[in-house]
Amino acid sequence: MSRSRPKYLNLIQIRLPVPGLVSILHRVSGAVLFLMLPFLLVLFELSLESAQTFARFKAVFSHWAIKLIVLGLAWAYLHHLCAGIRHLALDLDYGTELAAARASSWAVLAIGIVLTLGVGALIW
Amino acid sequence: MVKREVVGAHYGLRDWIAQRVTAVIMAVYTVLILSAVAGLPQMDYWQWKVLWQTPLVRYATVLFIVSLLLHAWIGVRNIFMDYIKDAALRLTLYVLVIGALLWYAAWAVQILWGA
Repeated sequence: MSRSRPKYLNLIQIRLPVPGLVSILHRVSGAVLFLMLPFLLVLFELSLESAQTFARFKAVFSHWAIKLIVLGLAWAYLHHLCAGIRHLALDLDYGTELAAARASSWAVLAIGIVLTLGVGALIW
Repeated sequence: MVKREVVGAHYGLRDWIAQRVTAVIMAVYTVLILSAVAGLPQMDYWQWKVLWQTPLVRYATVLFIVSLLLHAWIGVRNIFMDYIKDAALRLTLYVLVIGALLWYAAWAVQILWGA
């Protein structure tokens, strides 16, 4: 039996519900964090190798572009963490009702952004 | 009663649990290490170095690195499973990711013990 039902697979046309947005951002943030691991390791190495490299680390870190990248990564980490905690709650059957799932999605988005702003205030 | 054959490679549940256990380890580590950094009397090289030389911090960080290695592998593999249809390309990417993760882990341990 063939059914013809509308399929909206055009990414521009899809109106993603909030839990869907949190979900795809969970994936994107995870991928970004993986791709940026070498960058973080370079920074970590600079900060620990010697007093001289620590001074270089501070100089590098004082550049606004580096701060912006670090801030982006902080958001990726924080969003991934918050979305992950929400996921664990869903696994334990907490918040699986539609309204609760939507509310917790908004909370994940908001907490991720607010904490990132906090990080921004700390490093700027 | 329907008797269903279980098919597949049988790593689904193991990976599902591993992803969650490693996530919890990393979440706890994140809170602890941030409190430790925030608790430093001042942020200079020597304080920073001493923090990362503390045996407890070192071994907790190794646990974090191992967790990250597994967690990133499962996550990236799942992304490739979803989007990369060509088996040869997918396997090549798997090998590259495993290689990169092992390299990063060795690098991180070297940073921790080299300082």
